[in-house]
Amino acid sequence: MRPAALAGTLLVAVTAPAWVWNPYHLHTLIMAGIFAVLALSLNLLLGYTGQLSLGHAAFFGIGAYAAALLSVKLEWSPWLGLLASVALPALAGYVIGRLALKLRGAYFVLLTISFAGCVSLVSVNWMDLTNGPLGIPGVPPVEIALPGLPPLALRSKSAYYYLVLAAVVLAYLVCLALIRSRIGRALIALRENETLAASVGIDATHYLVLAAVLSAAMAGFAGGLYAHYTRFVSPEVFLFTYTVTMVIMVVAGGKGTLAGPVVGAVLFTALPEALRELTSYQWQMLLYGVLLIAVLFFMPEGIVPALRAAWLPRGRRARPS
Amino acid sequence: MDQLLQHLLNGLLLGATYSLLGIGLTLVFGLMNVVNFAHGEFYTLGAYAAFAVLTLASVNFFLAIPLAIAAGALVGAVCERGLLRPLRAQSIDTVMLVMIGLWIAMQNAELLGWGGVAKSVPTPFTTEPLVLGAVSVAPLRIFVFTVSGLLILGAHLLLARTKLGRAMRATFQDRETAALMGVSIERIHTITFAFGAGLAAGAGALLGPVFLLYPSMGDLASLKAFSVVILGGLGNFGGAALGGLVLGIAEELGAGYVSSGYRDAVGFLMIVAVLLLRPSGLFARAERVG
Repeated sequence: MRPAALAGTLLVAVTAPAWVWNPYHLHTLIMAGIFAVLALSLNLLLGYTGQLSLGHAAFFGIGAYAAALLSVKLEWSPWLGLLASVALPALAGYVIGRLALKLRGAYFVLLTISFAGCVSLVSVNWMDLTNGPLGIPGVPPVEIALPGLPPLALRSKSAYYYLVLAAVVLAYLVCLALIRSRIGRALIALRENETLAASVGIDATHYLVLAAVLSAAMAGFAGGLYAHYTRFVSPEVFLFTYTVTMVIMVVAGGKGTLAGPVVGAVLFTALPEALRELTSYQWQMLLYGVLLIAVLFFMPEGIVPALRAAWLPRGRRARPS
Repeated sequence: MDQLLQHLLNGLLLGATYSLLGIGLTLVFGLMNVVNFAHGEFYTLGAYAAFAVLTLASVNFFLAIPLAIAAGALVGAVCERGLLRPLRAQSIDTVMLVMIGLWIAMQNAELLGWGGVAKSVPTPFTTEPLVLGAVSVAPLRIFVFTVSGLLILGAHLLLARTKLGRAMRATFQDRETAALMGVSIERIHTITFAFGAGLAAGAGALLGPVFLLYPSMGDLASLKAFSVVILGGLGNFGGAALGGLVLGIAEELGAGYVSSGYRDAVGFLMIVAVLLLRPSGLFARAERVG
């Protein structure tokens, strides 16, 4: 993204609570931020390694449960809980990455679906730990403790909005640094031609595991943020709908670009809310399905690359993301 | 011992429908190189089609099943012509995403059309179980097993004995050479997808009366179908037939001896285990994967 556009976006994002009065709209923005982190995380795998994970809701859910359980049952500080909501999914991502070893394409998809299915069944059936379908209520809010001041709990929506915004910026910067680095080039090389990449000494397993760990950690972080925001976690966090929404955000926004997932996340959180008065949830999901097909038919690269191609002069087009 | 026999019998009866589901999916993958994530939706479609003609048009129960298969095949053919044919040149991953889109769209269309409340299909069979020595079994289950077996046999004969089947096998082995020999690849693709969708719809029409109908029932069916296909090896007809029985029995044993809450985890764990240990399937010779 060009500096002017980036600055403009940031300005709009930072001042949002000042001019978004309706708390419901602010809530939508917070959810858009959480989904932006999720979409960025899925994009690391789908966009940069070319492997589709349909089990991403599992990492999100593990992160949410880690944050909720540690702060409710062990009364850990929410900050430590958030740390665990990054660490535990990262561990799960490591295991999945190691297991996936030689699996590509449809096989990788099936492995991730199966993993998510198992985790979801555990969340429903392990009553002692997760309280089963009833879920875990009473997750405490995140508190900011400054020396000399009483601890400030981020209960208000606008305060939480800034926490989520910071998370989005952090996730974006992590992805940016990663893609611009040697690792990013290795991932893209693997996506484009694994055999060729291997011939110049790129260790496919090593980089794919790394991508899986980072992606899972980010998804888990989004889960932790979600748990402390809604203050309630149930097996619904493992719903396949979450994974589907992430996939649509990444594919429609533009997989393999950094701005794409963020644009997709904002668009596909705002769009359903805008349509909510007109349509039911089922229509919305039906529309998602049709939209996914339509995007793949007519704009296979996604919105951001299409806009970029339309705006930039010809000579500057072929810039690798 | 009696309990074990009962579990084995239940597993076998259930497994036959899993085989039916898996065969349709494995044919579509083997022949068209399409990972059909919408497969379970054709299962749902078949179940609701049977329900519709039974309750709304009060058609005979035994006629409802072929009608459901026809409905599945018809919708399958339309999807192939409308969605898959234009994407023939695209990568397998793009097509996979399109099928995921179709899955979501079809499932929510069902939800809009029928509502989220589970429905049960009336059958002419008595619920009184048939006692055979140490084991007992519902007559409906025997009927479902028999029809599944006949459909699998029919599919096998179609592939092995007919001209169409030969054209399909030729396309499976080598698309270009088959086309050079005068096989219409486009036609074979449409027929194959319609065939796979029809088998899934048949499984739905058969299992619908055994369980309940609800719009997301296809998710589990897809999962079972994928487990079966992975057990048997992608594109392996005989493997899918056997894989269905293996999965059915493994599930019954898992539910019976471990925990019924984790019944559906058996399929997941089998996918993971087979992918890790024998990615080309339990019954296949070594082959490259992915």
